Amino acid sequence: MSGIPHDHYEPKSGGEKWLHSRLPIVGLLYDTLMIPTPKNLNWWWIWGIVLAFCLVLQIVTGVVLVMHYTPHVDLAFASVEHIMRDVNGGHMIRYLHMNGASLFFFAVYIHMFRGLFYGSYKAPREVTWIIGMIIYLLMMATGFMGYVLPWGQMSFWGATVITGLFGAIPFVGDTLQTFLLGGPAVDNATLNRFFSLHYLLPFVIAGLVVVHIWAFHTTGNNNPTGVEVRRGSKEEAEKDTLPFWPYFVIKDLFGLGVVLVVFFAIVGFMPNYLGHPDNYIEANALVTPAHIVPEWYFLPFYAILRAFTGDVWVVMFASWITGGIIDAKFFGVLAMFGAIAIMALAPWLDTSRVRSGRYRPMFKWWFRLLLLDFMVLMWLGAMPAEEPYATISLIASAYWFAYFLVILPLLGVIEKPDAQPDTIEDDFNAHYGKPAEPAE
Amino acid sequence: MFKKLAISAVAALTLSAGGAMAAGEAGHTHDVDFSFEGPFGSFDENQLQRGLKVYTEVCSACHGLQYVPLRTLADDGGPHFSDAEVRAYAAENFEVFDEALDDFRAAKPADFFPGSNLENAPDLSLMAKARAGFSGPYGTGINQFFKGMGGAEYIYSVLDGYTGKEKTEAGTTLYENTAFPGGWISMAPPLEDGLVDFDDGHDNSLHHMSEDVSAFLMWTAEPKLMARKEAGFLGVFILAVLTVLLYLTNKKIWAPHKGRKTSA
Repeated sequence: MSGIPHDHYEPKSGGEKWLHSRLPIVGLLYDTLMIPTPKNLNWWWIWGIVLAFCLVLQIVTGVVLVMHYTPHVDLAFASVEHIMRDVNGGHMIRYLHMNGASLFFFAVYIHMFRGLFYGSYKAPREVTWIIGMIIYLLMMATGFMGYVLPWGQMSFWGATVITGLFGAIPFVGDTLQTFLLGGPAVDNATLNRFFSLHYLLPFVIAGLVVVHIWAFHTTGNNNPTGVEVRRGSKEEAEKDTLPFWPYFVIKDLFGLGVVLVVFFAIVGFMPNYLGHPDNYIEANALVTPAHIVPEWYFLPFYAILRAFTGDVWVVMFASWITGGIIDAKFFGVLAMFGAIAIMALAPWLDTSRVRSGRYRPMFKWWFRLLLLDFMVLMWLGAMPAEEPYATISLIASAYWFAYFLVILPLLGVIEKPDAQPDTIEDDFNAHYGKPAEPAE
Repeated sequence: MFKKLAISAVAALTLSAGGAMAAGEAGHTHDVDFSFEGPFGSFDENQLQRGLKVYTEVCSACHGLQYVPLRTLADDGGPHFSDAEVRAYAAENFEVFDEALDDFRAAKPADFFPGSNLENAPDLSLMAKARAGFSGPYGTGINQFFKGMGGAEYIYSVLDGYTGKEKTEAGTTLYENTAFPGGWISMAPPLEDGLVDFDDGHDNSLHHMSEDVSAFLMWTAEPKLMARKEAGFLGVFILAVLTVLLYLTNKKIWAPHKGRKTSA
């Protein structure tokens, strides 16, 4: 049900009319699939389909894994080995699920940074962006709890460290942590509730994905120019757009194909590349691993969590002004969640009237620096908490916040944007030239 | 611009993943050119059979393989013994406790290898995946693609890494080892030249025995390695064909809407 004028479904046969007057489901599917889509979308727009594929892949492989997995502290590790050794094709299903999580996060990060560069979060697409951020948060929760299920050393100690973060919250922390764990420490109750939620949340995500799609089908897609589709008439809109089917479905599937070739090469030839070897040792509450490292997709925010130690002046100031309620640990937790929450506020922090970063000469550089910052934080998250990493972490974390809180609001005021094309059609034709003959 | 960013994104991703692998002050791991490394690598049945013999005669005195069912010794892509050989091997070497009999009996193929006999001797089923031998180049770990995780190399390096020095700390004798993290290990040197005689007359120097048992332990950790690589090739092949077809389809349906490309 897009605001862009286009043809709607017309039931033709008697049967179609009968169904349409009772349940217009064919019409809904038709309108969803035939939505007018800006024809200048570039390859950075394929990741939505990759993400949809990941969700289906994770749910399908996950449902099969559950058939053979046992959520009990004495049996979980052995049941995963049972899947790897005895279940037909089980080793492949497990490796697909394990690496599928990494593909999911890889795709979501590209998808998010695409939105940040092309201003997809700006009015009127704020709701799409916010729902996307909620999906991302749920993905993190799901990924984290899923990593606990094999009950290896990193599962156990990762769960201990991350739930410990909630313990840092003043006054209610201990109670909250006990509530989350189902007891005083990570144990069978924790494993069972994580298993339950790990199965539940993907379906919540699936529901939110529908809302996410609904939201941007209402506003129409953003595009690399950030210029809106002309909506004066159907003819005008058709100069800027092509229907999603077949033009973008085939294009996106081609992109997905390329991604999956690489994905299958990793699953087939180096499936443990992104995992941690310690997770092939069964969980042991008495032996702490030398370094507890989260999965790669949490590393940037893990680095921010660790950056704010007690000797940093902002931490000392926060501690002094709150009379010690905010200590270094709690400050780190606030910083980590704040770093994520601040992304959700981007639509209101960005004051520029130009949507796409393509026409923002200064923004481009700050954005590149943000990408670099994200990668540096990811690298820092895997490094031990010592110098020089501690200082670099602090600088990198500071930039993350500065980008959203200072640079985005200021740039809108001081930046002089480049000229934007008048229409999407102009942009498309400037790139590809006009078709030699009218399309038939 | 985005292309460059994509490249650096991949680089950062691999860097940090490699960093995660490299965690832990590892000792020095020698690279061994095992037959099962790389996309085209496969297990050498004879080597796995020799490795099993080293495991049975030496390692199993203390260590266990509790996740490995004895019957899998007959599997394709593994040591590939005959069913009769596995039955004989199980009965000759291991006893298991049978709850129905309330007594010990000779092991059958349906049983698992026993667990460790000593509390501080870790189970070896997954050891080759629980250790990462190397993380290069430049900490990225990308060379796993061709060389494997290096867990088998780590085991080899420990077995081959004794310097001969000993020290006693709090009543425990420790042995200097160039591969073990920290440099001192409580396991006495388990192998020496000529300790195990191979049925196929293969060289039984310390170096060769270490290689063979390391390869065997790679199999116990990843018994479906060959099936996995086959699935990988099949997946990559089918998807590559599908992707080419989609590319051609995409080109064709878009062609009427595009003029000549004027800029890249």
